[in-house]
Amino acid sequence: MSAITDPPQGSFSLSMLINDTRYRSYTFQALAAIVLALCLGFFYLNVSTNLAAAGLNISYDFLGSPAGYDINQRLIEYDSQSTNARAAVVGVLNTLLVAFLACVTATVFGVLAGVLRLSNNWLVSKLMAFYVEIFRNIPVLIWILIIFTIMIAVLPGPRAFRGDEPEASMLFDLVAFTNRGVYTPGPYFTRGLGAEGNGGINWLIVIGVLVASFFATRMVTSKANATQEATGVRPNTLWTNLAIWFLPVIAVLFALGLKWDIPELKGFNFAGGIKVGGPLIALWFALSIYTGAFIAENVRAGIQAVSKGQTEAAGALGLRPGRIMSLVVLPQALRVIIPPLISQYLNITKNSSLAIAVGYADITATLGGITLNQTGRAIECVLLLMLFYLTISLLISTFMNIYNNSVKLKER
Amino acid sequence: MKKTVFFGALAVAGLSAAAAAAGTLDDVKARGTLNCGVTTGLVGFAAPDANGVWEGFDVGVCRAVAAAVLGDATAVEFIPTTGKTRFTALASGEIDMLARNTTWTFSRDVDLKFEFVGINYYDGQGFLAPKALGVTSAKDLDGATVCVQTGTTTELNLADFFRSNNISYEPVPIETNAEGQQQYLAGACDTYTTDASGLAATRATFENPGDHVLLPEIISKEPLGPLVRHGDNDWGDVVRWTLNALITAEELGVTSANIEELAAAPTNNPEINRLLGTAGELGGMLGLEPNWAMMAIKAGGNYGELFEKNIGENTPIGLARGLNAMWTEGGLIYSPPFR
Ligand SMILES: N[C@@H](CCC(=O)N[C@@H](CS)C(=O)NCC(=O)O)C(=O)O
Repeated sequence: MSAITDPPQGSFSLSMLINDTRYRSYTFQALAAIVLALCLGFFYLNVSTNLAAAGLNISYDFLGSPAGYDINQRLIEYDSQSTNARAAVVGVLNTLLVAFLACVTATVFGVLAGVLRLSNNWLVSKLMAFYVEIFRNIPVLIWILIIFTIMIAVLPGPRAFRGDEPEASMLFDLVAFTNRGVYTPGPYFTRGLGAEGNGGINWLIVIGVLVASFFATRMVTSKANATQEATGVRPNTLWTNLAIWFLPVIAVLFALGLKWDIPELKGFNFAGGIKVGGPLIALWFALSIYTGAFIAENVRAGIQAVSKGQTEAAGALGLRPGRIMSLVVLPQALRVIIPPLISQYLNITKNSSLAIAVGYADITATLGGITLNQTGRAIECVLLLMLFYLTISLLISTFMNIYNNSVKLKER
Repeated sequence: MKKTVFFGALAVAGLSAAAAAAGTLDDVKARGTLNCGVTTGLVGFAAPDANGVWEGFDVGVCRAVAAAVLGDATAVEFIPTTGKTRFTALASGEIDMLARNTTWTFSRDVDLKFEFVGINYYDGQGFLAPKALGVTSAKDLDGATVCVQTGTTTELNLADFFRSNNISYEPVPIETNAEGQQQYLAGACDTYTTDASGLAATRATFENPGDHVLLPEIISKEPLGPLVRHGDNDWGDVVRWTLNALITAEELGVTSANIEELAAAPTNNPEINRLLGTAGELGGMLGLEPNWAMMAIKAGGNYGELFEKNIGENTPIGLARGLNAMWTEGGLIYSPPFR
């Protein structure tokens, strides 16, 4: 400790701001901050003078006036007389929906491809290398357009399902693949609560039961752990856990009177069931396979970053290969995998704004597209859009960083 | 003192990007070309031909303005715009004028701060449907999937029409006419809706135009015309009176065939003389050459000639004059007098 001397307590002179390493970085940071503030101030002035010169102003009143247009995919109640703000919310939900779906499937594709690329099977590993190189090296917009165009050209229109000898027929009489989207049976409740027995409350009940089951299985597992610690024998929990997962949910669904609404051709289109629109499918699938290729590389790099000695040491201790993977390799690989995974999730969210290419009604298409165009409030809409993407990106990275902290190497 | 110079320079740099309100006429003259916003491709109105030369009814207006201002009908840079990008392009100064099947509406005029200089086509919104669909009226379209261009009056009218008739539909938003055509022909939508003239022009490019019908309902008024930015009245006057010159030429029987002869020496019709610059100095008042209107008319002919050549009954598009006949023949096309 005595090696560290106190800094000299000399008098302070202005030249030290530049010459003294203790102050120099502050000087430059302060300068940079001032320049940045001046630039921002200039942009603000420039925008306001130009707007004033053109007789325009900044106003968010348009958010409260009727939007006037319809949206084809609505997760909440919306019609053409709803406000522009509501149209924006519809867009936000659509963005979140496709981003969430794509993050999940991209992770699945990526992990599968990343692990399989390390396979000892020549064919499998080369196929995965092929997948990664093809999908990663062609822009995602092109993939979106390719998938959408193929869907439109290859799948039949609803009209082809009509008549006594239809050209096309539904899969198992349950699912219809059309060039407008895929129609699948949708669940509904005959004895449910809420409006016409179909209120969202029913789904909340079902989710509540699943959450309860989750905690119940956690308890069973920790009890099994305790028994194992005490006696060295692990009780078989498989059947108990399966029962805890399935029985209560089945009972609740039965009590609510679950039925399946099967889509059927009515007029111009299929009606009933759930429609997954063509644009959603194209966007979802394209984002998943494209980003999946990047995630595959992250996963491969992460696994290869764990030194071979770890595997061999674990093997020497007598662990089985599956356990070596899950107890030794993956926990260490995750440290490497997660930071780039965060940026892939952010990329998916931001790339979902390419929705516009296939007419998917995300926030860029509603607020940043039609609303912007019909009201002419370009600056306001773009500012709101920036705010939205910034917030979402920051939220995602916060959550992923929390998770990353929980898996990263704990140095003691 | 120094600081103000610095900020002044910065402000100029910023402003020049936004091409401030005044002085478009001078800008165009200095540049030597007119930047004219048109469609991304709608045969008959604005589309490049096999050699990449833009032609069409709206293109004709651009060329006439270029001829009036620069004396050269080919000195035009055509800038394709979609329904969504056209207004930003105009407001930002990327284009000097917009001639893109654009409907004159209150909010575009007043709120978006544009100036419609006139109407070159009186239109209305219609529906195109395959004959095989068996639909005879737009009111039978309950539950149909409808292709519609975004950023247009079309999508607003569509919402209003279905709402007021208490029927439902599913919109498929598309960016350009080409995309709409592709989706419609692939059956991704049951019907395609846009201005009836646009539907006729689109159908004319189909392999089997006869398999598709225009439904009888016209659900809106779509007065289409060229527009400029609000606030530059001198430039607005140039574009407005160029369009009026084309219309007046038809009314007075001035055509691309006889214009050389009529402009050679004063005729005994004083209005023709004022129009063609052999008498009076209307051109000078606009800041143009005396023969500005003659150049504009010579570029592609008068209004009637432009109509017949690009979209008239002898073209594949085959539109009748209808509302777009001269006022003297029962139509709505009318120009204020040249005096
Ligand atoms: N008149 C309407 C619609 C204009 C419009 O989009 N017209 C279509 C067809 S008539 C068009 O010009 N499309 C050409 C393109 O996609 O570039 C408006 O001003 O909003």
